[in-house]
Amino acid sequence: MRYAIPLVVLGVLLAFFTVGLKRDPRLLPSPLIGKPAPAFSLPVAAFPNTDAAPLKLGNAEFAGKPYLVNFFASWCAGCQVEHPYLMTLAKQGAVTLVGIDYKDADADLRQWLAARGNPYAPILVDLDGRAGIDFGVYGVPETFLIGADGRVLHKHVGALTPEAFERDFKPLLGAGS
Amino acid sequence: MAVLLLALAMAAPAFAQVTVEKPAIPLTAEQEAHLAELLPDLRCLVCQNESLAESRAPLALDLKYEVRGLVASGKSSPEIKQYLVDRYGDFVLFRPPFDPRTWLLWLGPFALVLLALLVLMRQIRSSRRDAAAAAPKPVDDAALKKLLDE
Repeated sequence: MRYAIPLVVLGVLLAFFTVGLKRDPRLLPSPLIGKPAPAFSLPVAAFPNTDAAPLKLGNAEFAGKPYLVNFFASWCAGCQVEHPYLMTLAKQGAVTLVGIDYKDADADLRQWLAARGNPYAPILVDLDGRAGIDFGVYGVPETFLIGADGRVLHKHVGALTPEAFERDFKPLLGAGS
Repeated sequence: MAVLLLALAMAAPAFAQVTVEKPAIPLTAEQEAHLAELLPDLRCLVCQNESLAESRAPLALDLKYEVRGLVASGKSSPEIKQYLVDRYGDFVLFRPPFDPRTWLLWLGPFALVLLALLVLMRQIRSSRRDAAAAAPKPVDDAALKKLLDE
């Protein structure tokens, strides 16, 4: 009985630490989940398989089908890591992959694509980072799943991995329609 | 070590982030004061323990520019904070809001102090009871006087 209270206090502290210390403080929950995706209308950088690319694309052009919005840049190390997996995803064709090139030089982007291939259906350019702010991007790469109804279903911060895609994105692909 | 450094140098991306020259946003003296008052309350998302006022991170500079634009368009502090919270969540504020999710955060310390006071009061009461139970020894006046005189 004498040790009951200290033991309970210790137990509570341990519980807090085991949960709290395992969390990555850099991963922030997005307030956008479940809300309509931020409106964007951005110039197209590279649009494969079309000769006459529209000058700008926005939410309306992608509505009706779920799609991924992947913020990336040629200067970003995490983007190098996830790029091979994005190529695999593109080959599987399960979901449209919209790339938003974040604060990047056009020449660098072209060099990047030439060296690594282009997994994106269209690549849009966010030169000044305004679209990034609207999406709450705080560190590329960040990947958003937008449902067929235009709502944000999930956000992944950091390089996208097969595990994360299978676990967090795939079950949601049918949602929001 | 040298090999490692070389590998690191080769692995580092050769590209750099682009900074777009943006038009300067002129502010009145009053708006400058508003901005200076607002920025220390806003957190830099990249360097989490710095405020937007202090940070030189590219994203912080972008957000500072954004906030400057909002101040120039006459938005109030709550409106500007809401604009940022809508995009980045409560984390962007150094002072979290008081709502059901943060009750534990705001009220927890007070609850702990209250709990400690209750425990302390119980302890004091029970030790008083013990003291009352143990009857004090009768004082030997002669012995005490002798002790004091020495």
